[in-house]
Amino acid sequence: MTPSVLAGLVGAALVGLGLYGLIIHPHPLRKLLAFNLIGSGVFLVFGIIARRGAAAGFAFDPVPQALVITGIVVAFAASAVAVALILRLAAVAGSVTLDPEAWTRPKGEDAR
Amino acid sequence: MAESGTTPDGYLLVLAILLPLAGILLSFLIGGRYAERVTLCSTPFGFALACAIAFHVGQAGKPIVYAIGGLPPPLGIALRADGISAVMLIAAAVIVTAAAFYARAKFATPDGVRESRGALTFWIMLQAIWTALTIIFVGGDLFNLYVALELLTFAAVPLVCIDGRPETLAAALRYLLFALFGSISYLLGVVLFYGAYATLDIPLLAQRVQATPVVWTAAALMTAGLLAKTALFPLHLWLPPAHANAPAAASAVLSGLVVKGSFFLVLRLWFYVLPSLPTENVAAVLGSLGSAAIIMGSIMALRQARLKLLIAYSTVAQIGYLFLVFPLAAGTHTWSTIGWSAGLMQVLAHAFAKAAMFFSAGVLAEALGHDQIAKLGGAAHVLPLTFLTIALGGLSLMGLPPSGGFSAKWLMLQASIASGQWFWTLPVLGGGLLAAGYVYRILAPALSDGQVTLELPPKRSQEVIAFALTMVALALGFAPQTFFDFLEIGRPMAAGLP
Repeated sequence: MTPSVLAGLVGAALVGLGLYGLIIHPHPLRKLLAFNLIGSGVFLVFGIIARRGAAAGFAFDPVPQALVITGIVVAFAASAVAVALILRLAAVAGSVTLDPEAWTRPKGEDAR
Repeated sequence: MAESGTTPDGYLLVLAILLPLAGILLSFLIGGRYAERVTLCSTPFGFALACAIAFHVGQAGKPIVYAIGGLPPPLGIALRADGISAVMLIAAAVIVTAAAFYARAKFATPDGVRESRGALTFWIMLQAIWTALTIIFVGGDLFNLYVALELLTFAAVPLVCIDGRPETLAAALRYLLFALFGSISYLLGVVLFYGAYATLDIPLLAQRVQATPVVWTAAALMTAGLLAKTALFPLHLWLPPAHANAPAAASAVLSGLVVKGSFFLVLRLWFYVLPSLPTENVAAVLGSLGSAAIIMGSIMALRQARLKLLIAYSTVAQIGYLFLVFPLAAGTHTWSTIGWSAGLMQVLAHAFAKAAMFFSAGVLAEALGHDQIAKLGGAAHVLPLTFLTIALGGLSLMGLPPSGGFSAKWLMLQASIASGQWFWTLPVLGGGLLAAGYVYRILAPALSDGQVTLELPPKRSQEVIAFALTMVALALGFAPQTFFDFLEIGRPMAAGLP
């Protein structure tokens, strides 16, 4: 098994684990962490693809490296927005849930 | 490569992106009560620029191109505007302008009124949505489009929760999580494309792609991600609470334009990057999901108690129609042109009609203090213009003549008969009947006898803006053949790639 194949498999595993977490866990914070796991997997695949430039005489293809940095910045910004929303929701509502019914129930029922 | 070089009028594309971007920066800088004025000043110029781009595209009969930094692809990034880009730029400029003038009643901060964070956020995010949409419509590089798609999400999510109530925050969070899944899935597809062909430029990729497993995987990942952002059934769960809880001006932009941004990229992917692939099966899947969306969305709309939720579920249904373009416009048959015209007409008609409906719902909610459909009895007597707007917008949603919605659905029926795919007529006709049902649910109580007291007098300017947008939706029904020819400019055909 070459290092590239190993890294590709690890990337695939990270994406799979993250996708599972994103779907299964009800809490938004866990969903956000799962999203970051998927992101790591995708960036790892990016890293392997950067090696294709070796054929043209370069050590690495620089384009994927430029793209991956942009991707990391975007994922970081997305996580920051999501964390801000979760904190705000916790501050306003006292609990964090994505259940749309939670806000339409009578007051007494969701007083946890 | 002469084809990817900058055309003499390519600078227009740069201006179209820089104008709203400069507006955002200026609004940040001078902030407060001036953000509104900056937006109101820049929108007419944006409209003029969009018209100029459309004029140049129409005159040249081919896309206008700008290679950023003078570097042609594959090393550089190109901006390209073809027929559909130009039309969407104009639609976006009109609706953003309308939303900006409509929102003055709620988010203006004249002298003497305290500046609020909500107002500043609204004006900046409105301009940010406009910038992101412009980049999406003229972007020629898949990764560049990814960044634009993210900008669009980051601008749209805060608009949902601008008033800070817990249910709006939860709706925004749900929207964001769906969108994050969508963007990372799209990004993985982009990575695979780059790995296989070492370019992300759309025309270059179109020349190089083969029907290999990696291409199918990449296309599937990108499509799945974009469907989550477009809220196609069964990934629509985030849309109704998000669109129904936003302020009316924001709902109109979200429902009319933002979901069309990601749909536009699905079109780009299948009709511009992968037109040479055999896509019948994919088209059938997308068409079936669209049909399911039409039926489910309409039925859910029939069951809603609140007007804004009804309109939001109607968006879910109308998005379904958009995806019928895939089975009806694939390939190089004589009927694919009809299917293509139908799809684009539906995009435009829905954008204008739905924006007008959300504007009217906003006027109604302000004036009556609620938007419960059950308590609308007799409301049409006190808000005649608003209910006329809702009725005429509903006409376009149902697909009755004369309206853009009628043209779209009529062309869809023609394309399905001509292509021998008669089964696509069932969702088109069934969806029209169900739409008639939910529009009737709004109008019947409103037109009946009843006493309604107005909490506030309706704002005449807001009613007129909503009415003007429905007039655009109706006028689309009279679009001449040259308009449909314009939509074909720059569209690659499967047989003869440029």
